[in-house]
Order: sequence, then C-alpha cells, then structure tokens
Amino acid sequence: MSTATFAPQDLAKRVAPGTALRNTATLAWRNLVQIKHNPMELLDLSIQPIMFVLLFAYVFGPAMSGSVDAYLPVVIPGIIAQNALFAGMSTGFGLNTDITKGVFDRFRSLPIARSAPLAGRIIADTAKQAWSMMILLVVGFIIGFRIETNVLAMFAAFALLLAFAVLFSWTSVYIAMKVNEPEKVQIFGFVVIFPLSFMSTAFIPNTDGIPSGLAFVMDNSPVTHLVEAMRGLLVGGPVFEHAVTALIWGIGFSLIFAPLSLRAFKKRA
Amino acid sequence: MTYAIQADGLEKRFGETQALAGVSLTAPPGTVLGVLGPNGAGKTTMTRILATLIEPTGGNAQVGGFDVVKEAHKVRQLIGLTGQYAGVDEMLTGTENLVLIGRLLGMSRRASKARAAELLDRFQLSDAAERAAKTYSGGMRRRLDLAASLVGRPQILFLDEPTTGLDPRSRNGLWDIVRGLTGDGVTVLLTTQYLEEADQLADDIVVIDRGQIIAHGTSDVLKSQVGGQVLEVRPVDAADASTVAKIVGELADTVPELADDLVSAPITDPGLMPAVVRRLDEAGVAIGEMSLRKSSLDEVFFALTGHHTEDLDAEAGELAESASKEGASA
Repeated sequence: MSTATFAPQDLAKRVAPGTALRNTATLAWRNLVQIKHNPMELLDLSIQPIMFVLLFAYVFGPAMSGSVDAYLPVVIPGIIAQNALFAGMSTGFGLNTDITKGVFDRFRSLPIARSAPLAGRIIADTAKQAWSMMILLVVGFIIGFRIETNVLAMFAAFALLLAFAVLFSWTSVYIAMKVNEPEKVQIFGFVVIFPLSFMSTAFIPNTDGIPSGLAFVMDNSPVTHLVEAMRGLLVGGPVFEHAVTALIWGIGFSLIFAPLSLRAFKKRA
Repeated sequence: MTYAIQADGLEKRFGETQALAGVSLTAPPGTVLGVLGPNGAGKTTMTRILATLIEPTGGNAQVGGFDVVKEAHKVRQLIGLTGQYAGVDEMLTGTENLVLIGRLLGMSRRASKARAAELLDRFQLSDAAERAAKTYSGGMRRRLDLAASLVGRPQILFLDEPTTGLDPRSRNGLWDIVRGLTGDGVTVLLTTQYLEEADQLADDIVVIDRGQIIAHGTSDVLKSQVGGQVLEVRPVDAADASTVAKIVGELADTVPELADDLVSAPITDPGLMPAVVRRLDEAGVAIGEMSLRKSSLDEVFFALTGHHTEDLDAEAGELAESASKEGASA
C-alpha cells in the first residue's frame, strides 16, 4: 500500500457570484475572439444582411410599394427581425459544435459556474446580433432609410430585438441538444425560420389580398408582432401591443424550450 | 485518505442499456491506473462519472477524497480531463485555448499567458502556438488537449483513450509525456483499448468488459493469473525451424506457432528450458535466440473474456449502438 496520502484540502464549496460573472465574460470573449480566425463569420454577419437589404429594396420595392423609397420603411425593420431569427440559430450551431467536439465537456469538468458556457455564448451572440442590426441600419441609411422617431425609440428597438432573439434562441438550444451534428441545426434553421419569417409582414406592408386562412396565421405570427413593433419604434406607428405580444411569444418559447433543453441535455450527458 | 480515486459499486443505466454494472476500483496517489477494455465496455461512462460530468445511477465514488456527486465542485478543483475526442476549440490558436482555460481557472492574464507558453514549449507546440487548432495534426491536437487539462496543475488526471487513432510515433511521444507526469506525483486514470499501452504505463490494471471489472492487478500479476509463459526459440538457420517446432511441440505437449523462423509455444513448466536446449543440441540445431517470456496482455484478455481484442471488430455491429451512445455523450 502506498504511504502517500492526500492531505485534507481546503477547497471552495461552490462558485462565488463574482467568479460566475467572470467565467461568463471569459467564455463570451472566447466566442467573439473566434471571429478573428474565421473572418468568414463576420462576412456572414455583415454581407448577408447587406445583400438582403439591397435585393429586396431594389428588386421588390417598386412592385410592393410603388418605389424603393416607399418600401424602405417596410422592409428594413422586416429584414432586421428576420436576420435576428436566423442569427439565433447560430447559438444552437455553436453549442452543438462545442458538444460534439468535446469542448463542452472540458468546460464542465472545470470548477466554473455551470451556467457560464451557455450564458457566455448567448452574450456573445447578442453582441453579434447588435452588430448585424447596426450594419442594417447603416446600409439602410445610405440608401435612404430614415429613423422617423428618436434615439430613445431606436435603443428600445435594439432592446426589444435582442430580448426577443435571446428568448427565441432557446428553440435552437433545444435542437442543439437533440441532434448529433451541427449541420443539422442549420438545416432545421432553414426549414423552420424561412417559412416563419416569410409568413409574416416582414417584407410586405400588410396582408391584404392573401387567402384568409393564411392571412390569419400571418397576422398573429410572433414575427409579425416583432416586425410591427420594430416599425413602430423606428418609423412610427403602434408599438405597445405588438411589443408586448412579441415578448409574450418569446417568453412562451423559452418557457417551453428551456426546460426541454435542460432535460435533453441531462439525458444526452 | 489513502486513495486518490476510489469507486464503489458504480452503476450507470442509459434507458435500457446498463453501461456500468457495479464497478469498484481504487488508485493510490501518484500511480497510474490503467482501465483496459474494448469499445463499449463502459470505460468512457466510468471516466465521465469520476470527472463529475454525469451522475451514477448507483454506487458512489470519491476523487481526492470528495464525493463526485455531492462535492463535485471540489472534485473539479483537483482534476484534469482529456477526453476521447480532443476537447479544444478549433477556431482558437494553441495559446488562446490554454489562456482561456487559465482565465477560467482564475489566473491573471499574464499568468495564463506564461503558463500557456510553458505548456506549449513542454509539448513541442511552440512553433504552432499562434496557429488555429484546426490546422493541427491529430497528434498535435491530442498534445494540446493534454496541455489544456494540465493548465491548473491537477493532482488527478483522467485520460480517456488518449492515443486512439494516433500513429505509433505520436503515441510514443504521448507515452513519454504521461510518464513525465507521474514523475511529478500526479495520479492518472488512463483508459485504453491497447494492451501494450496499459502494459507500458500503468502500475495497476483493471480489465473491464460489458460494464464489469473482470480482472484486476499489476500487468505481471494479470499475466501470471492466466498462468501463461511463452517459450520462443529462433534457430540460426531458418531451415531448422520445423525441427525446432517438432522438438518444442513434443516437450511442451502442444502445437507451437511458427512465424517465419520464430517458434513460440505456451508452457506451464519453466523447467522445460534445459530439456529443450539439450534436445536441440542433440539434433545439431544451433540456437540463435531463445527466451521465456510472460504472456502478452492480449493473451491475458483472451483467457479472461474468451475473445481476442482483435475479434472485437467482428462484433462492431453489436457494439456500435452502445459505442455511439457513448460517443454522442462524449
């Protein structure tokens, strides 16, 4: 028998709150510093929204609203909302990559806050979202879009969008827990987000002329409420009811998918 | 507290699958415990329980004297984990990966960088320090993964199949590193499918098959448990090999194996050797090489489980399901 023994060690029982915050910040940094080595991701975050704005504005604008200028107040808030939904999928994509590559296990074997890996990712993704929204507003401004409200309303628009995106991203977290390769998260994103974002008023002024069944679905879509609230905040119009409805939808999504995600995670572990 | 790692009747069930069916083991501080077994035997599940990643459905375990479920946070302050799949962030550079871990462990930016540089140097990764890990070769990635698990100077290290899929040169390099660690007093739990690896590195070996420990001991004890020694004779003139095989076969009462000019036969009585020498001399055969060695761990595994480790490929279909379950969770 070995004579070496372990001296009783004085170790921390749990993660201190300050440490938890620092862990989260470190992991958020990790998710953002990745961009440095994968500039494509930044292009993804910038070029795609720019392309969408230009294509929609100049190709569909005249047909939709009679002119490009008249269409911009419709389409810019719409594209901002759609972009947020797609970007939300990247949370699930990154999470699933971490799990399948074993990075997540490494983190969980460290004496860090249990919530830090997920919280760090969500914070980093929120920062990316804010970046995309800013790009969209700048490009919009260059081609003639004007914020008709005020700076405060613009910040409120940012806050609403980011809040909805974080709540909605639980759906992609759940998918990330259920599938075994990151590409499947992306496929799901396209299959669900595409119809979800198009079956809304994101790219059209209203649902006039659309078959009544579909119009009903579109009028009550969470995306429509988000889009209408964004329009209200950026170019004027009713805000409160739409914003509250959109947030209630978001909270609903997270109330369903956050517990499901945790359960799926425990099962897969 | 005498043991760095102590497990008592560990059980783990995934739905219908009983991945662990009562595993007990101990590892004294500063030793290497080898856990040997085929794919799907439960090695990864056991490692994940001991490293606090999953909770057992039965039994208990202490690591560094702390319960892996109730005192998981304390356990995490003592351990390092290198998984079956290299757990490094491929988008980050070698340095960034290690600095990240250092920062998470509460080290200052400067201390993290210094520690990263030290480990990269030690594992011959300095030249690749500023390159993204996705550009690394398999061997480099494993070394980086191992370095990442050492940032916090763990007292107890879990290495889950650290050399699976590596070429022999990289494998030897990794073995040297592990030997160096035990020199520093680190307790290592090493899982492997390679008998040679356990033989080379482990002070103590447990053999695990289908979620249960089927043998335990030092590699010498395991070999002698199975009783086997192997006599090997190589004649100077290859043409004499069949004569040698005939004589050895008669004396050992078995059919010897003939590989090129090397004759080998399992024997139970070491006293046989002088008789073999005498008979060969009488037959006028010049002996080039003659040795009596203990059975290899592969032979031991065969004796214990009734199947060769190589045979496992044939069972791959049957095991694939449980392996993929383990894989999905890894």
